[in-house]
Amino acid sequence: MLGKLTIDALPFYSGIAMTGALISVLGLLGAVALITWLGQWRYLWTEWLRSLDHKKIGVMYVTLALIMLVRGFVDALMMRTQQAVALDSHGYLPPDHFDQIFTSHATIMIFFVAMPFLVGLFNVIVPQQIGARDMAFPFMNSVSLWLTAAGAALVMVSLVIGKFSTAGWNAYPPYSEAQLSPGVGVDYWIWAILVSSVGSILTGLNFLVTIIKRRAPGMRLMMMPQFTWAALCTSVLIVFAFPALTVAAALLGLDRYLGMHFFTNGDGGNLTNYIELFWIWGHPEVYILILPAFGVYSEVVATFSGRRLFGYESLVYSTAAIAVLSLGVCLHHFFTLGAGSDVNAFFGRMAPLIAVPTGVTIFDWLLTMYRGRVRLSVPMLFTLGFIVTFVIGGMTGVLLTLAPAGRPMHDTTFLVAHFHNMMIPGALFGYLAGYQYWFPKAFGFRLDDKWGRRAFWAWIIGFYLAFVPLYILGFMGMPQRLERYDVAGWQPYLIVAELGAVFILCGVVFLAVQLAVSIRGRAGLVVSTGDPWNGRTLEWATASPPAVYNFAVVPHVHGIDAWWDMKQAGTAGRAPARFRDIIMSDDSSAGVALGAMAFVFAFAMVWQIWWLAAIGGIGVSGAVLSRAFRDRDEHRIPASQVEATEHRHLTAAVPTSGTPT
Amino acid sequence: MAPQRRTNVTPKPYLIGVVLALVLTVIPFGVVASRALPPKQIFVVIGAAAIVQIVVHLRFFLHLELKPSSPNQRIALCFAVVLLMLAGGTLWIMFNLHDRTM
Amino acid sequence: MTDGAVTAGIGDQIEAEAANRAIDERAYGFWIYLMSDAIIFALLLATFAVMSHSTADGPSSHALFRLSHAFAKTMLLLASSTTFGFASVAIAAEQCRRTLAWLSVTFLFGLGFIAMEISEFHAMAVAGAGPWRSGFLSALFTLNGTYGAHVSVGLILIVVLGCEVARRGLNPFVVSRLRRLGLFWHFLDIVWIAIFSIVYLPGLI
Repeated sequence: MLGKLTIDALPFYSGIAMTGALISVLGLLGAVALITWLGQWRYLWTEWLRSLDHKKIGVMYVTLALIMLVRGFVDALMMRTQQAVALDSHGYLPPDHFDQIFTSHATIMIFFVAMPFLVGLFNVIVPQQIGARDMAFPFMNSVSLWLTAAGAALVMVSLVIGKFSTAGWNAYPPYSEAQLSPGVGVDYWIWAILVSSVGSILTGLNFLVTIIKRRAPGMRLMMMPQFTWAALCTSVLIVFAFPALTVAAALLGLDRYLGMHFFTNGDGGNLTNYIELFWIWGHPEVYILILPAFGVYSEVVATFSGRRLFGYESLVYSTAAIAVLSLGVCLHHFFTLGAGSDVNAFFGRMAPLIAVPTGVTIFDWLLTMYRGRVRLSVPMLFTLGFIVTFVIGGMTGVLLTLAPAGRPMHDTTFLVAHFHNMMIPGALFGYLAGYQYWFPKAFGFRLDDKWGRRAFWAWIIGFYLAFVPLYILGFMGMPQRLERYDVAGWQPYLIVAELGAVFILCGVVFLAVQLAVSIRGRAGLVVSTGDPWNGRTLEWATASPPAVYNFAVVPHVHGIDAWWDMKQAGTAGRAPARFRDIIMSDDSSAGVALGAMAFVFAFAMVWQIWWLAAIGGIGVSGAVLSRAFRDRDEHRIPASQVEATEHRHLTAAVPTSGTPT
Repeated sequence: MAPQRRTNVTPKPYLIGVVLALVLTVIPFGVVASRALPPKQIFVVIGAAAIVQIVVHLRFFLHLELKPSSPNQRIALCFAVVLLMLAGGTLWIMFNLHDRTM
Repeated sequence: MTDGAVTAGIGDQIEAEAANRAIDERAYGFWIYLMSDAIIFALLLATFAVMSHSTADGPSSHALFRLSHAFAKTMLLLASSTTFGFASVAIAAEQCRRTLAWLSVTFLFGLGFIAMEISEFHAMAVAGAGPWRSGFLSALFTLNGTYGAHVSVGLILIVVLGCEVARRGLNPFVVSRLRRLGLFWHFLDIVWIAIFSIVYLPGLI
């Protein structure tokens, strides 16, 4: 009746696991209780959850990312603590639990922090940057969000019911096969990946069509803001690379569920196929995560230097070159797998090439700042911190692409340090810069400056303290993912790394404090003009927060930095001569329903509760069909109403301070 | 990428397409059935017939017209490059690893 | 894409613009979906190619494949692609009845293909050559199963859209859906060319 699900699935086996489960459950109950107490369920449902407004969907994506960031970070802190104390002892975590933690940390950070964060920023900003009123497929956008949320929920549920995978975030066979991992952990991983990767592919498709088809008249491709270019290249990578992950995870699932032999040890299976399929996605994924951050840095540098970006075209070509190269160099992730010397030599030469376009972008940013009037705002601080730190990460990356050097450093903490050097200053700092930079766009008030600076310093000091020791330990030969060790010389470095994690904890806390302080003091942080930073690109032409339709009249674009040009020409902020009716999509509950049903389906598949899986599957199909054969789900906003809204925005000295969060 | 135009309201392209596709199917099946050629040459025939037939389908069934000036051409070319890179690279790496591990 | 323009019948100019743009964007998005799907098939085909000799002492392609069978399936798909083309001609000429007739013929050909697939793979599984027997058979069943699932979805959509045509006639949105279904159907035929050229023919040399 309940498949493999029994009472033993609850985490009675370990006090720490029990505590984690309790905190999660209490957190969820607390959130439910709070919303009920505030009486905000109706508001939440009608204004947010079922909304098809790309800005609200974007905010929900970022919210999901920030919540999951806390979970992923707690995992990191637990690992650092374990390694700091586990010299010649088992520390405080049993091996099985430690393995779950490093698996869930990476899975969460990549799929449920970085991906939703970047997609959230795309959602809020890209349509406004290209002068569009909405995405090409607003409903599909909602489906993507709720599929991602379903995947995240699946990982969170594994904390309470059953165990998560212990096979690492890449779930390499044969360890991840049914024979060696008979529990449901790997199944949780597979279904979380499958569900959320469908959401990601739909997002990529949606942005591709939106950017190609919905640009404002006059905006040629070579006039698009850099962040939009990054979104375009990222979307292409998502559409082309994510199917490989889907295939790899699905084939692994077939091995586990139906006893097939794709990657098994015997009967003709070959685990190396999995590794190849996985990294066809895995390497582009690094750039899917980093290119959006590059886009943010370009916008931030141009705005806060008060200058047009130096070398706009070279930046575009670099972004595109990085995207194309990333699809072709996956093999350097498995130099040591045993490929022939010709194969390794080819990829050993191709992989470092990616440093060339990356270097070009760095110099473009430096030359933009050169002779500019640089304002050291919080987004700019994150950008500068990134530039300095990323150069180090890039160098260590080039080092690893050299096959002879990659071999001894393979699977050491050097790799861990390099990877985090890409992901924290490279990607996460970019997202945080974008979060600080565009927050007033979405909500109409700025984030507190003082706490932002504190958060920045805590993050960057914490980063260096946490990961420089790991570089050194890598040279000393410490393997990654060690639950215990017996080399006394490693411990001092691991204690320093633990200290770094504590600093980053402060960074996380400061971000939360910043948000709370800013919401409480929002009256003093209000953005009356809609353009708090003296911006250059089109997203600052709308009100802050923007009207549901973004642009009352779609602007005509004549060059790069369209908003800056409008300000120079004196046409900015003028009411148009006449308004037209605007057609916008109706909101829909089907997206939420589809996500919920996908969660039910995936959960039932994990525990092999077939009747429940059938219900979930029917539910998903029903939600799709309920939408697929309707011609139009749109309503008309009359011109008079548009005019009233715009009038309020253009004349109010201090516009209303946005929706309280 | 808007291949459907008023021009293809006649059944003619489909008839041309089906005849060409038939020929290009019969050739490789015939070669394999008759074993008239050494295996290596059979592979070449199969591959060539498949590629030509895919182009025939794209042209006559999907009406993908690749005129030099059309943006479709650039997109199709980019996609072909990516697909070849992924499939070709995968085959190269997988066969190499397969030969060395199995 | 300006033809099939929604001008009459749906409100005024603003709504017609929105409707036309929606149809255009859906067509474009569908092409991108097809590219993404093509990559899935390319990777499954590559996996099959690598595993085609991993029979683990089980039955090999020579023992399992029949040229006549593969040829018959190919012909069914080619015929269905052609009849869908005739349906497209009827759609462009706005002939509801002929559209429905050709869609029905297409459906029957597609159903024939699925029936052959199911009987073939059922027989294999019963004869001890199921997907759990060897890596080669896992890859074969997965590739063909994925393909068969796509064709089945196509068949369901033909039925649903056929009902739409019968009920509502050839309105611009129904026509745009039929066109996308046509892209899907012809796309599947192209994938089949790759399958018989990589799976069936080399397996019989």
